[in-house]
Amino acid sequence: MSAIEMSGTALGALRKQRSRKGSWALRMAILTAVVAVAPLLLYPVFLIKVLCFALFACAFNLLVGFAGLMSFGHAAFFGMGSYISAWTAKEWGLTPELAVLAGGLVGTAMGAAFGWVAIRRQGIFFAMITLALAQMVYFFCLQAPFAGGEDGIQHVPRGRLLGLIPLDNDLAMYGFCAVVFLLGFAVIHRVVHSPFGQILKGIRENETRTASLGYDTAHYKLIAFIVSATFSAMAGGVKALAFGIATLTEVHAATSGHVVLMTLVGGMGTIFGPVVGAFVMTAMEQYLARFGSWVTVIQGLIFIFCVLAFRTGIVGEFNRWHGLWRARRDPAPAGAAPARKSSPSQHAGDAS
Amino acid sequence: MTALASVPLELILGQLVLGMINGAFYALLSLGLAVIFGMMNIINFAHGAFFMLGAFVAWLIGFPNTWLPMISPGLSVPPWLAVNFWGALIVAPLIVAAFALLLERIVIKRIYGLDPHLGLLLTFGMALVIEGIMRNAFGSTGNPYPVPPQLRGGFDAGILFIPYYRLFAVVAAFVICLGTWLVIEKTPIGARLRAATENPKLVLSFGVNVPRMIALTYAGGIMLAAAAGVLAAPIYSVNPSMGTNLVVIVFAVVVIGGMGSIMGSIATGFGLGIVEGLTKVFYPAASSTVIFIIMVVVLTTRPNGLFGKAR
Repeated sequence: MSAIEMSGTALGALRKQRSRKGSWALRMAILTAVVAVAPLLLYPVFLIKVLCFALFACAFNLLVGFAGLMSFGHAAFFGMGSYISAWTAKEWGLTPELAVLAGGLVGTAMGAAFGWVAIRRQGIFFAMITLALAQMVYFFCLQAPFAGGEDGIQHVPRGRLLGLIPLDNDLAMYGFCAVVFLLGFAVIHRVVHSPFGQILKGIRENETRTASLGYDTAHYKLIAFIVSATFSAMAGGVKALAFGIATLTEVHAATSGHVVLMTLVGGMGTIFGPVVGAFVMTAMEQYLARFGSWVTVIQGLIFIFCVLAFRTGIVGEFNRWHGLWRARRDPAPAGAAPARKSSPSQHAGDAS
Repeated sequence: MTALASVPLELILGQLVLGMINGAFYALLSLGLAVIFGMMNIINFAHGAFFMLGAFVAWLIGFPNTWLPMISPGLSVPPWLAVNFWGALIVAPLIVAAFALLLERIVIKRIYGLDPHLGLLLTFGMALVIEGIMRNAFGSTGNPYPVPPQLRGGFDAGILFIPYYRLFAVVAAFVICLGTWLVIEKTPIGARLRAATENPKLVLSFGVNVPRMIALTYAGGIMLAAAAGVLAAPIYSVNPSMGTNLVVIVFAVVVIGGMGSIMGSIATGFGLGIVEGLTKVFYPAASSTVIFIIMVVVLTTRPNGLFGKAR
């Protein structure tokens, strides 16, 4: 993308930004309503899983979709978060919200350390470095006594929320999950739609240029990495408490691939994409469970299909059609930012 | 070196030999990755899968009568059709490379010139599919591949026993690496390849068929991985997941070495294998993570890698 095009889109983005004030509250309201109604239609345990992965995918998307940093090692944060929450809840008897917070804090520390190392290289090297670092965490969890080796940490109590409300009921646990998810979603959404988020997008589109405008890009990338790691760890923590177990599966590279796939299917760089992707993939897994070992083959095929023919994901595709439909309904006013051909990186803009 | 006094020398030497072998595989695989990356700007996540396929093809063509009856009882071929290790060392990489070329023509060529992340995602998907299919077809348990009869046994080097085959694997890998270096640095084809890596448009305008060269480069990189797989077959058992963990380590090796020079890749691969072997002696708990720790140290001191140029 040329510099002139880039400034055009940046202007367009800013204009859109201004015209959609209050969209944050509206989106949150819609999402809250959906989350509240969902248990009437689907099983709470299934929904808990969806929400945990949705938060994980949203956190991952902050990094890849908005800052253009492709991490292939996010399982490290998700898995470590689940181990820490499980361990503190079981051994120290922390209440669930504190256990999740503890997991999140460890995620923050790890994010700072990993980010500091990984942002030294860009693009494809960044992905390889995060993958290698995550592998290190996997071996650590395999050997560390507290993590219980191949068995993981089992029989984790759900405990009492704030020391008062028991979460043994699945619906109560779902409520707790929903609150954590909505909080995380709200924060990530705010980050994306803030001046900070604008600079992240600038880094995604053209880091050199953003740096030449006087922004310390390394600093911004590091903060994005830390926020992303924190919420990934919290998502892992909630999942460990809800299912009463933290195992090596969560730290394994396959989980890193999983979150990439969910975000890709839903739509990288879209707000609701990761949520939709998490729902679709989790539902598909439930449905395909009887195929056993063929699941990885199917996942691989979905990866290939998405990369070749479906790069913007479900939500991105929807936005495109919606945009075409709106353009047909009311032709563009003069002076609007010209429609552009999507860039290779195929970020579907910042619409829902 | 007080530690040397407490650790038996043969243990150190034994691990050194093992480390050399692993290092040989790291070198072969990272070399292929670097060549492919230089030409196509794609990090081939499926590299470990092709390494595994190399080992599997060697086993499939070497022992058809062990797996044919699985398909239908009584199915078998005359024993003279089985390809021995030496044949497999030539044939298996060719078969795997032909398969890789097919994938390149059908799938990978569609993302040339796009965001390099897409190449990573695409090849990751390919790795999942290849590995999943192999696991479904042959199960997760390994299949033993016997050492070729010419290389059975070993020699007593006074303090330790070195199997001939392991020595052969290290030397063979080293020779293949050197051959690759010679082809790229000292032949007209290699000169064109380097030029195409620098500036594909210009080379294309000189009338060189760049797309074909890209395809052949990809095939060459895959052949290196598959040859490593064949060499690995008699040492490790042949199983579907043998390439998975390897590919992550090789990524770290590539990051440590940088992708600046071929000799750099070879030296880094062998060096890290040896370091890993020695870690097994002195501090076994860290042996699986030592390469990643070195990666962190290198990144903080020389972000472009030991031999890397800033890209």
